[in-house]
Amino acid sequence: MDIAEQTGPDQAERRRTVGLLARATPGELRTAWETLPEKPEAKPIRGPETGLVMVRGRIGGGGDPFNLGEATITRATVMLASGTAGHAQALGTNKEAVRLAAIFDALWQEPGTRDFVERELLSPAEARLAAEDERKAQETAATRVDFFTMVRGED
Amino acid sequence: MYVAVKGGETAIRNAHRLLADRRRGDRTLPSVTIEQIVEQLGLAVDRVMAEASLYDRPLAALAVRQSRGDLIEAIFLLRAYRTTLPRFGTSVPIDTAKMLVERRVSATYKDLPGGQLLGPTFDYTHRLLDPSLIADTPVEEPERREATGDAVMRVADILAHEGLIESDGEFPEDHQAGDITREPMEFPMPRDLRLQSLARGDEGFLLALGYSTQRGYGRTHPFVGEIRIGEVEVEIEVPELGFSVSLGRIQVTECQMVNQFKGSAKAPPQFTRGYGLIFGQSERKAMSMSLVDRALRAEEFGEDITAPAQDEEFVISHSDNVQATGFVEHLKLPHYVDFQAELALVRKMRADIEAARNGDNPMQEAAE
Repeated sequence: MDIAEQTGPDQAERRRTVGLLARATPGELRTAWETLPEKPEAKPIRGPETGLVMVRGRIGGGGDPFNLGEATITRATVMLASGTAGHAQALGTNKEAVRLAAIFDALWQEPGTRDFVERELLSPAEARLAAEDERKAQETAATRVDFFTMVRGED
Repeated sequence: MYVAVKGGETAIRNAHRLLADRRRGDRTLPSVTIEQIVEQLGLAVDRVMAEASLYDRPLAALAVRQSRGDLIEAIFLLRAYRTTLPRFGTSVPIDTAKMLVERRVSATYKDLPGGQLLGPTFDYTHRLLDPSLIADTPVEEPERREATGDAVMRVADILAHEGLIESDGEFPEDHQAGDITREPMEFPMPRDLRLQSLARGDEGFLLALGYSTQRGYGRTHPFVGEIRIGEVEVEIEVPELGFSVSLGRIQVTECQMVNQFKGSAKAPPQFTRGYGLIFGQSERKAMSMSLVDRALRAEEFGEDITAPAQDEEFVISHSDNVQATGFVEHLKLPHYVDFQAELALVRKMRADIEAARNGDNPMQEAAE
């Protein structure tokens, strides 16, 4: 089965969804799940299972790749009764969070539940991440050095 | 004569039970949590992740707790855990140019796009013990200032515009990035494998080697082009989706060392470079790595190999502290039979010399 075929042109949206599901906190995923009026049956196809991803860097920052070291990653694939497959993966070892993320990935692909996933999970997670980044950027900006030239002796 | 025996099971069991007790310490004090270690001993956690070559803060914190703060033991634990997991894939190379920068300093340019961002640094502190930390006194929220949103430009790119610096580092087109966890070590070793080894190498060892280059043992005339610390996206190609997706972010420290020139009759002189990239926040290690990376490129630049830091077999073979501690520490395990052999030998040598002295004449070579 090829999910890419199912999604077709909204690849960028799918990328955003999968990326946000990877970064949603376990609490956010659980809350959204609890808010969900009708909990779907989700059959596990693969996982949730934890393994490694080899993280690559580039020599000099932009040169050829080299293997920097590994990171833990957890992934899951589920299938809803409707036949829609959901897939999720995230850094770390939280299997329950990734299983929920896979279910939400499937629900996002179904027209009837896409708005719910967007409203209750993706939008709040996106807003939180943006706020965290903004706060960090502002805290860092406060440590920026403002150089000033010393006035020389001549009056 | 020593006869092989077995035993010690009860002693070992009780020793481990005692270890667990000492690890816990005074039961009237609260136990330190994984979250507290991640949050409050974050740089120890980062060191364990970097040298274990496994990015996972909670697991690294668990290792720190289990090892009673013995970081090399913690690194060993995390390395061992890593071997129990399958590898699902390889990431798209991280893009440090798109880093969400928490700190960025350059020692070569005062005014550079993005500015000098000090971030949470020990630099410019007075290194005075702070008694206020004995009590749990409240800590102020950080100051904030409107972020400019300016791109934090790479120093190498500034110099590259004029052709004053060598490029980032490219291999011939057919080169595949090697992996020291999958292939046996061979020398000479290409730079990608050296960088992988150095990234997991012992901070103290790399620091000492980097320092040795500054003191004249393989001088490289370094300047810190820039150091940057921050979060980058880790992306992976997902075959089921047919495109790459983000797995989340990791924090890394990058050091671009700018070193003195290399040129030839054909090519005008250019700055050369050393590169350091480390999991987590570890400026000292990233700087040391970039110094050693540059020193190890001696042959590439036709420099004389005269110093330990330029000797790749020496550096790479001894930089891994898990291997090093394993071989050094195995010496304390029972060597009773080996030692009996040595003891018998030295007794025989002494007896032979004694006999020769007494004129029994069993010939000189007996003592050899």
